[in-house]
Amino acid sequence: MTASHFDDTHNLARKKDYLDLRAGLIQNIRLYFINHDFLEVETPLRIPAPAPEEHIEAITSAEWFLQTSPELCMKRLLAAGYPRIFQICKCFRDAERGNLHLPEFTMLEWYVSGFNYLRLMEQCENMLIEVFNKMGCAENIIWQNRNINLAPPWEKISVAEAFSRYTKISCDQAIADDKFEEIMADCVEPHLGTVRPTFIYDYPSAHSTLAKLKNDTPDIAERFELYIGSLELANGFSELVDAEEQRKRFLDTLQSRARKNWKNYPMPEKFLSSLEKIPAAAGIALGIDRLVMLLADTKCIDDVVAFTPEML
Amino acid sequence: MYTASDLRKGLRLKIDNDPYVIIEFNFVKPGKGQALYRTKLKNMINGNQFERTFRSVDNFEPADLREKKMQYLYKEGDKYCFMDNENYEQVFLTEEQVGDAQNFLIDNLDVEILLFEDRPIGLTLPNFVELVVTEADPWAKGDTVSGATKPVKVQTGYTIQVPTFVSEGEKIRVDTRTSEYLTRVKG
Repeated sequence: MTASHFDDTHNLARKKDYLDLRAGLIQNIRLYFINHDFLEVETPLRIPAPAPEEHIEAITSAEWFLQTSPELCMKRLLAAGYPRIFQICKCFRDAERGNLHLPEFTMLEWYVSGFNYLRLMEQCENMLIEVFNKMGCAENIIWQNRNINLAPPWEKISVAEAFSRYTKISCDQAIADDKFEEIMADCVEPHLGTVRPTFIYDYPSAHSTLAKLKNDTPDIAERFELYIGSLELANGFSELVDAEEQRKRFLDTLQSRARKNWKNYPMPEKFLSSLEKIPAAAGIALGIDRLVMLLADTKCIDDVVAFTPEML
Repeated sequence: MYTASDLRKGLRLKIDNDPYVIIEFNFVKPGKGQALYRTKLKNMINGNQFERTFRSVDNFEPADLREKKMQYLYKEGDKYCFMDNENYEQVFLTEEQVGDAQNFLIDNLDVEILLFEDRPIGLTLPNFVELVVTEADPWAKGDTVSGATKPVKVQTGYTIQVPTFVSEGEKIRVDTRTSEYLTRVKG
C-alpha cells in the first residue's frame, strides 16, 4: 500500500461522523417537504443557458453549461402549474473555492406558488426548526463556541438596519463607494445569526437579477438571506414574474459581463417565455453543505463532503 | 499574467517591483456579490508582511524567480560569497538573506540560489548536510537512558542536540529542514 493511498483511506474514514450527519440531515429535509405536500423534482444539470448573474461563473460543458442553480427549469415547472416543488441537487460555480466554497456543491431549492418573500422566510424557519429538532437540536446549536438559540421567532433585520447597527456608513453609501461586499463581509456578517438565527432582508436590487423589486422602492429587491452563526445559508426572494422586466434585467447583466470580458451566456429564451404564465411565487436556495457544517460544528466545508476537488 | 482565480497559498507575485509570496489566503463571497480574495503577502526580499484584498477584475504579474545551483565559497564581512558552477561568476548574499541557513553553511557546499530577475535574494540548502562535531562533552559512563541527548557544537559554530554517544571529531548527518540530528557518518 502506498503512503498516499493510506492517507486517502484514512482521510475518508475520518469523515464518517460528518457523512452520517449529512445523510441524516438530507433524509429529514426530504421528509419535511414530502409531508408538507411538495413534489420532489429533478431538472437537468447540463443546460444551454445559465441564469445570467453578474458574479456567478458557470462551468462550460461541451457547448452548454453546468447549472449554477436549478432556478430556471424549476420556475418553468412553476409556470406549468406545479405549485409546490423542491429539489436537492448539485450546482457548479467556477473558481469558487474557500473554507465556505466548493466549485461543486449541494443545493436544496424550493418554490411555493402564492407566497411572497416574507411568508417564505417563515416557512424556511419552520422547516429548519423541525429538521433541527429531528437531528437532536431542539433548543440550541453550538457552532464554533457560539451558543445559538433556536427558539422562534428568529431575528429579522433589513440590510439598511444592519448597516446602521453594525457599521459607520450607510448601505447606500457602501454601494456608491463599491464597498458593499467588503463591508458586508467585514462588519455585518460576523454579527448575523450569532445569538439566534437571522434573516436579513430587502437587499439592494443590484445583484438580485431574478427577484421582484419592491413596489414603493425599486432600488430594493424583495430578497432575503438566512445566517446562522455568521454562516450564510440560504437566499430567497419573491420571484420576478414580469417577462419584459426580466429580459431587461438579464440584458443589463449580460452587457455588464461583456464590458468586463467575462464569459458570455446566451439569453434563456424558453425561461423568458414561460414567465408569461408564471403565478406570483417565492423561491429559496439553501446550501446543504453549510447546513451540515453548522450541525457538525466545523468551519471548513471540506470536512462535510467525502471528496474535495483536490482529492480527486 | 495571473487572474484573481489563480491566487492561492504559496503563489509568488510581483507587486511594486518586488517578489511576494502569498502566506495566507481566503476566498470570500457574500450573497451573490462580487468575490473578494483575501491575502497576506510576504515580501521575499525584506520579509515585510501585509494584508491585501483583491477582486475578480484584478490581474497579477508572476514574479520572475528561478533557482540555480551554486557553491558556497566564503564569508567576508557580512557578505556570503557563492560561485555559479557553470560560468564561475560570483554572487553575494547578506546575512539577513542567508538567515538560519548559516547554521549549516559549510565551505564548498552546493546550494540552490534563488534569483529574482537574475538578482540573488535567498538560498535553499540541500535537505541533508554532514557536519564535523568540534566541541562535545565526553560520554559519561552509566548514562544509558534510552533517547538521552546532549548539546554539541559543530564546525559552523551551531549548537545541536545529539545522542550522548556522539563524540568530538565525529561527523554527523543533519536534516536542514528540521535542524535535527539524524545519524553518525563513518569515515
